[in-house]
Amino acid sequence: MKQHEQNYSRSRRLKNQIKAVVTNPYNVIVLIAIILLAYLIVLPLLDMLATTFQLSQRDLRATGGTMEDVGKFTFYYWQRLLASDLSWNLLVKPLLNSLTIGFGVSVCAIALGSCLAWLMVRSDLPFKPFFSLAVIIPYMIPSWVKSQAWLSMFKTPRVGGAPGFVASMMMNAGISNEVIERILSPIAYGRIAIIIVLTLHYYAYTYLLVSAALNSINSELEEMGEIQGASKTLILRKITLPLVLPAMLSAVILTFSKAIGTFGTINYLGAPVSFRTLSSELYSNSKSQNTQTAFAMAILMICIASLSVFINQKLIGTRKSYATVGGKGGRSTPIGLAGWKPIITVILFIFFIVGIIMPVVILIIESCMLKEGTYSLSNFTLYYWIGEGDPNIMEGVPGIFKNGNFKLSLWNSLKLTFVNGVFGTIFGQMLGYICAKGRGKFHGRLVEQLVFIPYLIPSVAFGGIYLSMFSKPQSLFGVELIPALYGTFALLTLTSVVKHLPFASRAGTSNMLQISGELEEAATIEGAGFFKRFVKIVFPLSKGGFISGFMLIFVSIMKELDLIILIMTPKTSTLPYLAFQYQNQNCPQASNCVAIVMFSIVFLVYALANIFGDADLAKSMAG
Amino acid sequence: MSKIVLTNVDKFYGKNHVLKDLNLTIEDGDFMTLLGPSGCGKTTTLRVVSGLEKPQNGFIYMDGKEMVNATEAYFAPPSKRNLNLVFQSYALWPHMTVYDNVAFGLKIRKEANDVIEKKVASALERMQIGEYAKRYPTELSGGQQQRVAIARAIVSEPRLLLLDEPLSNLDAKLRVDMRAELKRLHHETGTTIIYVTHDQVEALTMSTKIALFRKGELVQVAPPLELYDNPCNLYTADFIGNPSINFVKGTATVDAAGMTTESSVGQITFERADMTPDVPQNGKLDVTLGIRPEQLSITRTPDDLHRIEGHVYSGMPAGSETLVTVRVGGDMLTVKELGSTHYNSDETVYLGFNPKKINVFDTNTENLIKYCV
Repeated sequence: MKQHEQNYSRSRRLKNQIKAVVTNPYNVIVLIAIILLAYLIVLPLLDMLATTFQLSQRDLRATGGTMEDVGKFTFYYWQRLLASDLSWNLLVKPLLNSLTIGFGVSVCAIALGSCLAWLMVRSDLPFKPFFSLAVIIPYMIPSWVKSQAWLSMFKTPRVGGAPGFVASMMMNAGISNEVIERILSPIAYGRIAIIIVLTLHYYAYTYLLVSAALNSINSELEEMGEIQGASKTLILRKITLPLVLPAMLSAVILTFSKAIGTFGTINYLGAPVSFRTLSSELYSNSKSQNTQTAFAMAILMICIASLSVFINQKLIGTRKSYATVGGKGGRSTPIGLAGWKPIITVILFIFFIVGIIMPVVILIIESCMLKEGTYSLSNFTLYYWIGEGDPNIMEGVPGIFKNGNFKLSLWNSLKLTFVNGVFGTIFGQMLGYICAKGRGKFHGRLVEQLVFIPYLIPSVAFGGIYLSMFSKPQSLFGVELIPALYGTFALLTLTSVVKHLPFASRAGTSNMLQISGELEEAATIEGAGFFKRFVKIVFPLSKGGFISGFMLIFVSIMKELDLIILIMTPKTSTLPYLAFQYQNQNCPQASNCVAIVMFSIVFLVYALANIFGDADLAKSMAG
Repeated sequence: MSKIVLTNVDKFYGKNHVLKDLNLTIEDGDFMTLLGPSGCGKTTTLRVVSGLEKPQNGFIYMDGKEMVNATEAYFAPPSKRNLNLVFQSYALWPHMTVYDNVAFGLKIRKEANDVIEKKVASALERMQIGEYAKRYPTELSGGQQQRVAIARAIVSEPRLLLLDEPLSNLDAKLRVDMRAELKRLHHETGTTIIYVTHDQVEALTMSTKIALFRKGELVQVAPPLELYDNPCNLYTADFIGNPSINFVKGTATVDAAGMTTESSVGQITFERADMTPDVPQNGKLDVTLGIRPEQLSITRTPDDLHRIEGHVYSGMPAGSETLVTVRVGGDMLTVKELGSTHYNSDETVYLGFNPKKINVFDTNTENLIKYCV
């Protein structure tokens, strides 16, 4: 022992320690990841917080300050928002609306999604291949497109433009406008309409998460209950439900935070009756340069989302690992629906026809109608698709396939989704690798937490922060790191990649966790370095996950509106934004055409990835 | 060929102290088995030697070369230690063929293609799986996968081969076959082998030395038969041997001539020469007699050698041998008799043994105080 102590040298120890850290690419990558995440996520958040305490020039008159007070610390914005005469209209009412929407949508979507998941995975429902495809489609149709379809169906004559399908039917039946208004208005606009449309959109999350959890439950667990003499409902309640509860609770936060953060649907269905939520207030404040108020609202929304996550984690507690109770083989015997089978099948068919197929069909029909709401053969036209530009229609704007704006938007959309898909997937998988390898270690937890933050920031607010932060050049110690990105494609890409990191890295983590550590260790023993291991072992084994990760990002960015709506400039316009603009200019037909093209692309990519890539959306979501 | 020395090795996982001041020397050409129940630190020891884990304290030398010096934070990477490892799960890369799996390490070392081909072919031949070279691991049976894993480990002719419970995923018959094969492999290559198992039969039949672990500490390091005949304490005695050793509690009086014990198996006198240094010079103490089942003989009628009366609790004939559990006083003794004999429950039988062949332990210190000779 003496001899060893003599060998001890502090400098050699330090040298070895530094060498070990620096020569290990894993450490370097973790370090870079943490720095980047801090810069792209934490800093903007702090910046946003600081902004809400700084007086801006435009509010000088209201506060009675002079030019010298600009940028000084002030409670003005918070006080105005939280404790002034304006609070009720500015904050409390929209907040209550947001919360009712959030709760309403969560409850309905979880119930619907879980029932569908159970029927699809565990019951002997007929036509399963058809249903399981149909059930995914809502995920591919953006919620604002559904709102558009909803309007086409129920729009009342009062709000500018032509009445919707139902209203025209009623008018043809000789019912007076006032009666129509009274009957249809509560359905067409406002709270109920928004909850229904968002439920039809967000149940897909629950469906994907819960069906993945159900798939991982060995049916022997349920059979054991049966042997003990439990009835089917008792088994469902006492065995199945507790096992999928963690997945359902994850679906709740996902749905809740998405529902309170959504903007498109609120704008379509809420605006006609002045139904405002926090997110639509945030948008209009942002648009009218009320940045400080908008950011303060965003912070409140982040707090609500964080609170929901916190409650969720308290509820799940240590049960998180349930989903992995696989058992051998995971053999699954479907449960008989017996006499209920035909009834349930019919209900499902009706649901799919009304809830999914009809909106698409309405959009297609409407896109071919010269004038909305006039259901006669002579009114059908392909003008909005291929028209050359008639000064009497749409102020002379030609049909979308002859329209330079459309071509630019299509190109932008494809470029954006592709670039984002590639970068997002690569970063997501790398971060997933760090989270998976660093499980239970400090750096793993840190990365996991950092990556999760964008999830809590409402899309509209996220776009707003990035707009304000990257509109001016970013410099560090006087060195310009990033030039001003306003109106560039780069800003669009950066925003989308970072906002989608939580999803991408979750997909990456679950993907990487499937690769046993020993496979990599075996390569370490053989002398393979970090990059060699990544290229030869990790990447080939996680190819499937890469493809589903790519698809997940592709699909969600293709239809993204809320996130990029504030950043858009005519040059960088994408398909969803173009559709949004057409709708606002009261050209729903052209808007429908754009939406249909977009939906077709999403569907095509999904089908291709499914056929060739063996990729599964559910797999990459259930992280 | 390789001599491995571990000095004062400590390993923590968080607050969990997994290896406690471990000192172990593995001689060149040894087949050293690390044996112990699960969670005792044997796999951790293996991983520390391999370089996959970094110990917090201690030193590791291979052939006199420093591989680990924890105080100076020096840890040679696994690839610099000239060793290879067979994982319990085999860890075959599912996206590579058998050939590519085995050739991987050689390719990393940038050996010439024809050399790689020759070496891989010879390794596969040695493990008798040459015909499966083009297949993927999932297309092979468990036993064949095992052979691929071993072929991958020996293809680079490592000086040290580490095996982590390699046979635990095989069925009973295959396990016996592979045991013979591994022993043969050790003999032919002369490689130093460290073998981790919780199966004492594997340890006893294959190793040249066994290191027995308990809760992160080494209990005894000895050749298999020595471990079996003279376990250094009650823990080792109980762990080694199947069926387990019989323990009989009693009291002893020690004097200059030797030791006399009093227990349910009667009064027995032992010579001073058979005592270990752990025995006190004189006085009384509580002892535990350790009697292996095969050292007990059984008859239906008493004679000079069979004086201990007992009653059969249960008899279990198994063809080549019969295990009989006999109640003697308050103790239950298992007797192993060759051939198959039928005993009725509660039948009166008589037992005997050669006192020279049994162990005696100090009940308080649990240490061996009388050798089996």
